[in-house]
Amino acid sequence: MAKGIKDKVAVLGMGCSRFGERWDMESEDLMIEAFTECIADAGIEKKQLEACWLGSYFIEINIGKAGIPAAVALKLPFLPVTRVENKCASGSEAFRGACYAVASGACDFALAIGAEKLKDAGYGGLPAIAVDGQMEVMLHADWTAPGAFAQLASAYQAKYGMSMEQLKEAMAYVSWKSHQNGVMNPRAHLRRDVTKEQIIKSPMIAYPLGLFDCCGVSDGAAAAIVTTPEIARSLKKDEEIVYVKSLQIACSSGEEAMYTDWDGTSVMSTTLAAQRAYDEAGIKNPREEISMMEVHDCFSITELVTMEDLQISQRGKAPEDILNGFYDLKGGGVPCQTDGGLKCFGHPIGASGLRMIYEMYSQLLQRWPEERSVKDPRLALTHNLGGIPNRNVVSLVILGK
Amino acid sequence: MIGIRSYGAYIPRYRLNRKKIFENMGWLNSATAAHSRGEKAVANFDEDPVTMAVAAGMNCNNGFERTEPDGVYFASTTLPYKERQNAGIIATALGMRENVRSADFTGALKSGTTAMLSALEAVGSGEMKNMLVCASDCRLGKMGSPQEMIFGDGAAAFLISDHDVIAEYKGSYSITSDFVDHFRGSFEKFDRQWEDRWIRDIGYEDLIPKTVEGLLKKNALKIDDFAKVIYACHYTGERKKLNKNLGVDPEKVQDIMLGEIGDMGAAQPMVMLAGALEDAKPGDKILVVSFGSGCDAIYFEITDKINDLKKRKGVIWHLANKAELDTYAKYLVWRNIIPFETGLRGEEDSPTRWSMIWRYNKAIYGFCGSKCKKCGTPQFPPQRICVNPECGARDEMEEYYFSDKTAKIASYTGDNLVASINPPQIYGNILFEGGGKTMMDFTDCDLESLKVGMSVAPAFRIKYYDERRGIVRYFWKAVPVKEVE
Repeated sequence: MAKGIKDKVAVLGMGCSRFGERWDMESEDLMIEAFTECIADAGIEKKQLEACWLGSYFIEINIGKAGIPAAVALKLPFLPVTRVENKCASGSEAFRGACYAVASGACDFALAIGAEKLKDAGYGGLPAIAVDGQMEVMLHADWTAPGAFAQLASAYQAKYGMSMEQLKEAMAYVSWKSHQNGVMNPRAHLRRDVTKEQIIKSPMIAYPLGLFDCCGVSDGAAAAIVTTPEIARSLKKDEEIVYVKSLQIACSSGEEAMYTDWDGTSVMSTTLAAQRAYDEAGIKNPREEISMMEVHDCFSITELVTMEDLQISQRGKAPEDILNGFYDLKGGGVPCQTDGGLKCFGHPIGASGLRMIYEMYSQLLQRWPEERSVKDPRLALTHNLGGIPNRNVVSLVILGK
Repeated sequence: MIGIRSYGAYIPRYRLNRKKIFENMGWLNSATAAHSRGEKAVANFDEDPVTMAVAAGMNCNNGFERTEPDGVYFASTTLPYKERQNAGIIATALGMRENVRSADFTGALKSGTTAMLSALEAVGSGEMKNMLVCASDCRLGKMGSPQEMIFGDGAAAFLISDHDVIAEYKGSYSITSDFVDHFRGSFEKFDRQWEDRWIRDIGYEDLIPKTVEGLLKKNALKIDDFAKVIYACHYTGERKKLNKNLGVDPEKVQDIMLGEIGDMGAAQPMVMLAGALEDAKPGDKILVVSFGSGCDAIYFEITDKINDLKKRKGVIWHLANKAELDTYAKYLVWRNIIPFETGLRGEEDSPTRWSMIWRYNKAIYGFCGSKCKKCGTPQFPPQRICVNPECGARDEMEEYYFSDKTAKIASYTGDNLVASINPPQIYGNILFEGGGKTMMDFTDCDLESLKVGMSVAPAFRIKYYDERRGIVRYFWKAVPVKEVE
């Protein structure tokens, strides 16, 4: 019986571009930026790579289809390059492809790269393209991402009998905490120190989400090179090696959108993917065992319910944990969004999952200055969510030394 | 016995105070001050004559099987489609059978009564047992015109039947006249008219009495025999004159509702008839007269069955269910009278693909989902494999209409990011009574009034206007259920 991927793959090197409004850069340039750092970190040569997975999403205003754009941009020598896309979890999907290739023994070195350029859309928010197909446009609400996620808040508030003001206070804390971390990060897009009051009073985007409850829209790329644990140990010292402990993905079955059991205060795919990931990694008590997290904080309320879906906070208790500073960088709990998260990095779709892994990898290797480091991390988790609360794909990655 | 078996009305929720129009446009044509009293009913940004006809049709069908009518006739002078039968859209939206007859009646303000006469004759011939007749109009006057002041939007629907009639059809008389008081060429958006004095003195004053006299003579009746007289003439002074000329007691003349709704075009006499039926008593004789390219007069007598008809949303309900349209500019944008900007996001194209729409025809237009025959779970959109994880039966589905089911709000938002001409775009997940859930747009409501757990009911609305191809795309939205006395 299959036992999963735990300790079968090592992350040999990673790279991440600066995220932001990179008006002067194409996706290809951003890929070069991330790849250059990544391959230097891995300490191998390009010709040693045997396969590549590319994650990208809004190809209509970007690089176009197929894996070819990555191969051409990076001049990968006729490598098998596969473009993968799984909504906002596309970056994690590319990572998964590379890891599975190594774990299966198909190759020794595989590259995962994700890149996205959103700033050529010409307007704020994600491009208004029929991402769920034409029938979705015909048969459901005319939604946007903030509006779809905002409903987590109205449902949560009603279920737990909170006032919207109380919930907004916890949501504002989520964004504030991420900004506190993002301020310190030179690669982040939004590096302003904002107050909780500014967050609460920011212009309404989709009730009850204000502007500062929403993550930024930006350009960026990130990359990883993975290999077998044996090869990693032959190239690097033991303390410099990060292992993949778990890789799990869950896709909605339509149950949440069409069947009545789900109440809209959680994300079922996260709940299920998390349990599978913990089982794969052998984690019994995530609140105690997970050292730090990078989750899909596309909106403050998403991060809030994710804390419960990941079993870090109990159902209905995330606001309390958040306001108690449990998820702060130096709060003594489980630091979350140590790099500033999507909130400060923005969300270039194809890159985000790999950007999260990059941060957790860097933290595990204690590469950051003390002021933004998590102390003695052991297990790190990334959570990458594509789609909307009632119809989505969730990717969980657990890394460890 | 043939006649009217059921009826329903629909007046859109928004009312525009005519003073607002005058404040904005009075400088251009100060004479419109004469029309600036009261308010006019204005279709919401997502309504048109087809959606209003469906709403009236649903109110008419209340208590009756959707599959009962053998046909639907739709009358309007503001049809959204010149080719593509508008009545066919209504038939699908109302969940009617496939083997029904349908036709659009258009080109004249009397087309509402003509459609009704055609339905009465179809039933009278014995070919049909039940026919649905809908009349609806949403006419536009140019900015600063009297028509802009006078016109209002509204719809009415009637189930014409050969049994259980509440109003027996007793006779009719028609006149056709190429009297061009109002006109609109094929490609014109706005109504044009000739001089008021000529319309009044030669049009109304000649044609209406001539038609009424024709009917009275044909049926050996006197005007006094009627408990209620309905005729469409928006000129207040002229109505007084006509009452005198016809010899009718003004008390017996049905209110034209000009100050509350406005002149509803082809729907005008029909909505007035629906209003008259609301307080009619068995034995009452009712006379309906339309005007426009001639006149139709129809004569009904109320039967005992009127007391058995289930209470329905008629004119009274709709007059009470109203909200003020806060600005004149909103009206201009909603009716696409002036250019407006919804940002670059609003420029993204969503091409209409007819073969896709055809495959999902009943789901899109009828809000018809599926219900699992194995476990009884209703689901939308229609599924082949049951969404209930405990069931998962394949191809065990039957049709299930959500259009007449109420639901409760599970979650909601008001979204300012969506490119909309009525921001914020309000939508949410709703749970249907009896099972099934979906995420749909909300309309006819304000964000501030919403709460999780609140009741909503589906309404057929415009979903998207495909501007490049001139296609109005429809779907259903959720409207908060209101108790209006």
